[in-house]
Amino acid sequence: MPSLGAEMERGRLVEWRVRPGGRVRRGDIIAEVETDKGLIDVEVFASGVVERILIEPGNMVAVGTPLAVIREEEAATGVTGTSLPPGQAAPQPERTPAQPTIAAWAPRVSPLARRRARELGIDASTLRGSGADGAVTVADVERAAIVPAEPATGATLEPPAVRMRRVIGAAMLRSKREIPHFYLSTTIDLGPALSWLAAANATRDVSRRLLPGALLLKAVALGLREVPELNARWEEGAVRQLADIHLGVAISLRGGGLVAPAIHHADRLDLEALMAAVKDLVERARAGSLRSSELSDGTITVTSLGDRGVDTVLPIIFPPQAAMVGFGRVVERPWVVEGSVVARPVVHASLAADHRVSDGHRAARFLAGVEARLRQPESL
Amino acid sequence: LLADERVFLIGEDVGKYGGAYACSAGLLEEFGPERIRDTPLSESAFVGAGIGAALAGMRPIVEVMTVNFSLLALDQVVNNAAALRHMSGGQFAIPLVVRMATGAGRQLAAQHSHSLENWYAHVPGIKVLAPARVQDARDMLLAGLEDPDPVFIFEHQGLYASEGELDDDAPPAAPWRAVVRRAGRHVTLIAYGGSLPKALAAAEQLSAEGIDAEVLDLRCLRPLDKASLVASVARTHRAVVVDEGWRAGSLAAEVSALLMEGAFYDLDAPVQRVCSEEVPIPYARHLEEAALPQPEKIVGVVRQIVPPRG
Repeated sequence: MPSLGAEMERGRLVEWRVRPGGRVRRGDIIAEVETDKGLIDVEVFASGVVERILIEPGNMVAVGTPLAVIREEEAATGVTGTSLPPGQAAPQPERTPAQPTIAAWAPRVSPLARRRARELGIDASTLRGSGADGAVTVADVERAAIVPAEPATGATLEPPAVRMRRVIGAAMLRSKREIPHFYLSTTIDLGPALSWLAAANATRDVSRRLLPGALLLKAVALGLREVPELNARWEEGAVRQLADIHLGVAISLRGGGLVAPAIHHADRLDLEALMAAVKDLVERARAGSLRSSELSDGTITVTSLGDRGVDTVLPIIFPPQAAMVGFGRVVERPWVVEGSVVARPVVHASLAADHRVSDGHRAARFLAGVEARLRQPESL
Repeated sequence: LLADERVFLIGEDVGKYGGAYACSAGLLEEFGPERIRDTPLSESAFVGAGIGAALAGMRPIVEVMTVNFSLLALDQVVNNAAALRHMSGGQFAIPLVVRMATGAGRQLAAQHSHSLENWYAHVPGIKVLAPARVQDARDMLLAGLEDPDPVFIFEHQGLYASEGELDDDAPPAAPWRAVVRRAGRHVTLIAYGGSLPKALAAAEQLSAEGIDAEVLDLRCLRPLDKASLVASVARTHRAVVVDEGWRAGSLAAEVSALLMEGAFYDLDAPVQRVCSEEVPIPYARHLEEAALPQPEKIVGVVRQIVPPRG
């Protein structure tokens, strides 16, 4: 069960799109999972043959629980890989159950149950055994792996919107509690960019017209290339620099709440492709058919609240990312150009960054880089 | 006998009497006293004669009336038959087949009812087979005659009256591998020879309770087919070994140890053994029945390690 957000604890397997014996290639959609953020298509991270399905549809399982065993094609020895996404091969530290200390009384756990418990990340010593002499058997372990479905009746049933608020709340609380944020902001003259855009759109069909948002996203992606330090994660007390730039885009949902799916390799997309990617993401986010990698791969997130009429956004970083960029509305303001006050379209760009990962000096260079890109729109 | 004139049969009462279990009835008339030879009551002498004949290029089949009496020939078996190839640096081969009856169940009392095939399965240099089916009895005899080394075939006395289809034209099959007689998912019942019908009967009873037992016929007791044992338990995760030998130091113990070594991380319950009680096998019917593995005992042990099925 992939983690589709830092605060996701569990997900319900809705449907398998593969069968045992089926061949899968990295990136194929193999299952559909229901999370607090809606239905998500799970992509497989490895190529090989589906050897066994471990979790049947309808079951709610904890993040990190193997869903299936895939025999990787290279592994001639039959060594099995399990469906943990790369980077999450090990359970998240805070989820690792405390190792039981060796006590005078040791629980009876069958060898197979022990092996299975390790695969599933379950502490078998805490289970009630149903085997002979109270021994924990593999059936007990597999029962424990399946988090009981929320009761169909009763007061504890949460509407999706309530669940989503709880998840967002947990992520934001964690971010504010753990990430030492610092903020920088600047006002960017969008005059050159919007002029260039108007000229570029003049030759395009209505359907292919570019919006200013695409320029902003591309400028952020290219800015990260220049200051890759911010394209990073804070993991286990150290900075992990990320090679690829996957731009998360905050999208508000009609039922309340938001998601921030990622546009993969946004720095390599031209403006038209970027526009198409955003449009596609918004549609799918609202239809509830995002892919798992889109929810987990973002390396920085951009939020834009200009439509809502605010000048400035001071965002909270989306863990485990290290930075977030906010754009306010594009509005005409008095602006000094070559000694004269003129009306120019400007936007407030702000940056929230993790001070463990970077410092103000570098972060300022990033923001200045974004501004420089927007002054030379042809470079986008 | 028909196919190879080097083959001859030797043993107590194999000629005029036709064999204690009538295995050689009519053979004396057909093949004559040179090839169907009655012997004095000396197991050491006629097993030794068989070893000598095999060394000299013959293909003897030695019938020992029961495993109980074969102990008199153990010196010939262990010190000569099993050792000479090794001691001669491979110069001497002993292509010998020894057949004998084993097992209890016919009220023949302690001196005629023991299952000592495990003693032979302990000895390197010989091979040990145990047929549970008519076809295997025939195939094992052929395989034994073709083998360049001594092969011991243990025929459970309770099976001599069993009937079955025999393909007498079948090519010589190699009966060295265990075979799944009944496929199942929840537990593997491992048996051989006279215990196989009991294991199958137990599996039948268990199926009524929703427990799907696999039954594995070992067939070859030395060398044991570890791969098939491990493969079956890797599927079922539980094993019960049924063995008419006494429990302590039994073949069942060896099978359990192999499973522990080869399938430990696939086991969901301790390997169980259903063996004979540790007494000389009694004469009285009810006591004899109580001393031996029975389908009800197997079912009881399986119930302990397989959770009830809805």
